[in-house]
Amino acid sequence: MATIILFAPLLGALIAGFGWRIIGEAAAQWLTTGLLFLAALLSWIIFLGGDFPEGPITLMRWIESGSLSIDWAIRLDRLTAIMLVVVTTVSALVHLYSMGYMAHDHNWGHHDHYKARFFAYLSFFTFTMLMLVTADNLVQMFFGWEGVGVASYLLIGFYYRKNSANAAAMKAFIVNRVGDFGFALGIFALFYLTDSVNFDVIFAAAPELAQTQITFLWGEWNAANLIAVLLFIGAMGKSAQLFLHTWLPDAMEGPTPVSALIHAATMVTAGVFLICRMSPLMEFAPEALAFVTFLGAATAFVAATIGLVQNDIKRVIAYSTMSQLGYMFVAAGVGVYSVAMFHLFTHAFFKAMLFLGAGSVIHAMHHEQDMRNYGGLRKKLPMTFAAMLIGTLAITGVGIPLTHIGFAGFLSKDAVIESAWAGTAGGFAFWMLVVAAAFTAFYSWRLMFLTFWGAPRGDHHTHDHAHESPLVMLAPLGVLALGSIAAGMIWFGSFFGDHDQVNSYFGLPVAHAEAAETHGTAATHGAEAAKGADATHGAEAAKPEGAAPGWTTGAIYMHPDNHVMDDAHHAPTWVKLSPFVAMALGFLTAYWFYILNPAMPAWLASVQRPLYLFLLNKWYFDEIYDLLFVQSAKAIGRFLWSKGDGAVIDGSINGVALGLVPMLTRAAGRAQSGYIFTYAAAMVAGIVILVTWMSMTGGVQ
Amino acid sequence: MTSTDLNIILPEILLALGAMAGLMAGVYGGKDRSAGLICWGIAGLMAALAAFIGLTGFGDNVAFGGMFHDDGFARFAKVAILLSAAGVLVMGQDYMARRGLLRFEYPVLVALSVVGMMVMVSAGDLMALYMGLELQSLALYVVSALRRDSVKSTEAGLKYFVLGALSSGLLLYGASLVYGFAGTTVFSGILAAAGDGQAPIGLLIGLVFVIAGMAFKVSAVPFHMWTPDVYEGSPTPVTAFFATAPKIAAMALFARVMHGAFGGVTSDWSQVIALISLLSMFLGAIAAIGQMNIKRLMAYSSIAHMGYALMGLAAGTQFGVQAMLIYMAIYVAMNVGTFAFILSMEQDGTPVSDIRSLNLYAKAEPGRALALLVLLFSLAGVPPFLGFFGKLYVLRAAYEAGLVWLAVAGVIASVIGAYYYLRLVYLMWFGAEGSSVDTNRAPVLWVFLMGSAAVMVFGVINLFGIEGAAAAAAATLVP
Repeated sequence: MATIILFAPLLGALIAGFGWRIIGEAAAQWLTTGLLFLAALLSWIIFLGGDFPEGPITLMRWIESGSLSIDWAIRLDRLTAIMLVVVTTVSALVHLYSMGYMAHDHNWGHHDHYKARFFAYLSFFTFTMLMLVTADNLVQMFFGWEGVGVASYLLIGFYYRKNSANAAAMKAFIVNRVGDFGFALGIFALFYLTDSVNFDVIFAAAPELAQTQITFLWGEWNAANLIAVLLFIGAMGKSAQLFLHTWLPDAMEGPTPVSALIHAATMVTAGVFLICRMSPLMEFAPEALAFVTFLGAATAFVAATIGLVQNDIKRVIAYSTMSQLGYMFVAAGVGVYSVAMFHLFTHAFFKAMLFLGAGSVIHAMHHEQDMRNYGGLRKKLPMTFAAMLIGTLAITGVGIPLTHIGFAGFLSKDAVIESAWAGTAGGFAFWMLVVAAAFTAFYSWRLMFLTFWGAPRGDHHTHDHAHESPLVMLAPLGVLALGSIAAGMIWFGSFFGDHDQVNSYFGLPVAHAEAAETHGTAATHGAEAAKGADATHGAEAAKPEGAAPGWTTGAIYMHPDNHVMDDAHHAPTWVKLSPFVAMALGFLTAYWFYILNPAMPAWLASVQRPLYLFLLNKWYFDEIYDLLFVQSAKAIGRFLWSKGDGAVIDGSINGVALGLVPMLTRAAGRAQSGYIFTYAAAMVAGIVILVTWMSMTGGVQ
Repeated sequence: MTSTDLNIILPEILLALGAMAGLMAGVYGGKDRSAGLICWGIAGLMAALAAFIGLTGFGDNVAFGGMFHDDGFARFAKVAILLSAAGVLVMGQDYMARRGLLRFEYPVLVALSVVGMMVMVSAGDLMALYMGLELQSLALYVVSALRRDSVKSTEAGLKYFVLGALSSGLLLYGASLVYGFAGTTVFSGILAAAGDGQAPIGLLIGLVFVIAGMAFKVSAVPFHMWTPDVYEGSPTPVTAFFATAPKIAAMALFARVMHGAFGGVTSDWSQVIALISLLSMFLGAIAAIGQMNIKRLMAYSSIAHMGYALMGLAAGTQFGVQAMLIYMAIYVAMNVGTFAFILSMEQDGTPVSDIRSLNLYAKAEPGRALALLVLLFSLAGVPPFLGFFGKLYVLRAAYEAGLVWLAVAGVIASVIGAYYYLRLVYLMWFGAEGSSVDTNRAPVLWVFLMGSAAVMVFGVINLFGIEGAAAAAAATLVP
């Protein structure tokens, strides 16, 4: 079954990509979409069935070289199942949606055949993404990792007649190379230390790695921490975390369905998946996890601030994605991998829906993307409006506080924030996330108010012709809306319930669960008690590290000393209320700014002009990078080209070939005078020189 | 004792007798009309002797109290000398006949010179060395002036003779110094007297003179000046002969003297040979660029190639000698083919040697042009042809002996040298329109050209086993 899921998209991609001239464009679209729905159906069966095979499903022996032997195998466990469902479901819906969205693309003429290519790329992306999530070893994962990079490159640059699209595609590819370099180094380090790239072997060796020192660059490092950081650098690139995030907003140059599939729901979450997959290693790298937490929180905050002032509807959602990815990394960084996966899972639904909804708006508005030219579309696009509203409610986290009833984002985001509070003892990450939650509410509602409320702005003609999208585009919205509403409530217990539930859901060993159980009963409820429990376990943690049990089985791993999830459950009420309050504040501010007093934003922007420009220009990341890397690299390149290659290399070779050698040739020709005394003189001169030399250097001195 | 000694030098005696029989046949028989027959007879005798030496020779036999060595090294060189001399005789016969040059003295002189070469490579004593060298040289002086009515040919012969006399003088002077310091002319005695790295300075100066004398024979810089003039002036078959057998003999003699008599002071002579190797490689490469006459071009080419062969010798190791022998074997195989082509170059029945006459030759004769292309690439040292492997061996030997600078210089020189080989290829395929050269369609030349080209291509498989033979030969010379 897993094999069918894996290869159905590949089959579709190959047939649509190479065979559409035979079967026709329409058939290619239907075929790829149909195969994706088949894969999605099977994925749900696996996901809901919940019984996974013991070992990996080996497809073939892939690489055999020295002590390196790699199977091509499917690792099927809870983590994989979650990703399978997310990837295939969103992909199937995006395929369906694209049939409407791409029907009459204004970037192409009537005679261009672009649809089959688009669908082939989408299916190819899906295949590589599935390769990534089903990987049984790091090399296979890296294959998928690079595969999605290629697919992303192809799809961002899909409108290859637009220069900006080509530039964005290259930017995405190049920025990702930086991260991939870190990822590759991490793989090398793991192979160097454990002599294997297989997950089972690496996980079992994790406690040992925590005791190992390794020399890298200028110093000695703890192996586990170093490898964890290197892997996280890979994740940073793919998941657009701070410093390697600049490609994601530009990636919005791709068609909107692509943004929904790749740059919101699936590919960008690969980094989160990687960290969760490597949790047995991560748990032994506390400093690396602290770094992950810090960077995730910073990303969530920075992205949210930038999102406040952007005017392009897709860019707002792109920054929102980046911000939400930061949330996921914080959850993983504090050691609650199940919550990271939970947010990933729910986020996939509502973010894909927001993008598809935005796509529907853009489609209706004749590819106008500036929100300042929208307004009052509520009546024109009722279905899209409803879907976007649900998505906004979900992303901002609307629900009934202190219960488990609410939209998907309410449950998962609150779980992240509570975990952040517990994991950092109410520190930096927690406050960053709370503030970011307020900003999230602000920019999400700003988007809604600018688009659907108020008076129509912009081109009247466009507004008059605005029309609701066809059914193929609305149906996916409906499905995703269901998920956005209910996914959180249904699976809350499994991801963030009590220990037993989570352990059994992720297939963690029973012993671990029992240890946690004793802890759960021993600790009285409330923050104080949680701290006390921390103290006792701190004492336990004092036992020699070598005795720390490592990973044995299960999709994720949590160290016996890792009680963040329990602590999060026992967080004080104000902590649990804080995201809701932040959300409400954000909503009210947006309401005030864009409904009650629409002059406010302009006034604020003029009063705080430097800050506004700072945010509008995305913290000047692109400009700084341009100066630091692009310009300096170009300067070095120019120097090496004109001076190094042109003057030194070409100059010396041309000089020797055209100047020196002909000169010597003429000299040799003149020496060959034809007179016998010249020849004899040369011989005598030669013997004189040789004898002189020999008498100076040789023999007994 | 005498019968044992005579038994050991039986091949030399047989060839000398053959030469005399040829002389008798020429004088009392059909004079020049029988020259063709004598050519074939001598060539056949040489081939038979080569087979005899190659197949039956065994062990390390010493004759005449150490003056004559019949060992693996000598046998390797002798086989190569005999085969190449036989090949050149057969190749040139038709050419000579058509020019009216095929006198019966020609094969006789060649045979006598080969006898001299065989004595040279077997020499175990300075006396034997000089005897062989002069026997060889005197015969060569005469054949280079074979075309008596040509100013160029006689000039070449005279130049060769005068300079050869000078070099013989240098050699003899060096030999007398060596004898003075060592007290003996036998190589093994000199080896003992020179000691282990601590030779008296006078002995070393004698060594330098001996080196100079032998460098003249291999036409290494700065004792090379005669080469272009003699190559150009001599009849082409004689030039082909100059470029092949005497080179092997002189190079083998060089190795024998250096290792057999002066093996204890390797570091002293190694630097001298490295220097003349370096100069030869560069002068050969640079000076050839200016040449329009293909025979002069081949003269400089052979100077450069001798530089590479000397590089193997300069290494001063057993592997270096092996590399040198392999290089020489490959060099001879390439040159026989190339001269087979040069012999076939003619226009309206007269020979031409201007390279511009090769314009667009590939259109007229694609097969031959392709064969020549293979040979030229091989001469330039372009992989995958055999010439590349020859260079690879000597470069490796130099590198392993610590002469990295020499190896690097050799690579640079080969880049420069590639220019003039490739220019010939360029002319054949892309040259200007013009009167192209005709081809002498003698089947013998075709066989040698194609055979040589095929060797360059298929030899890469296992070098026809000469690698092992050369290693064994080197092992008998350098312990």
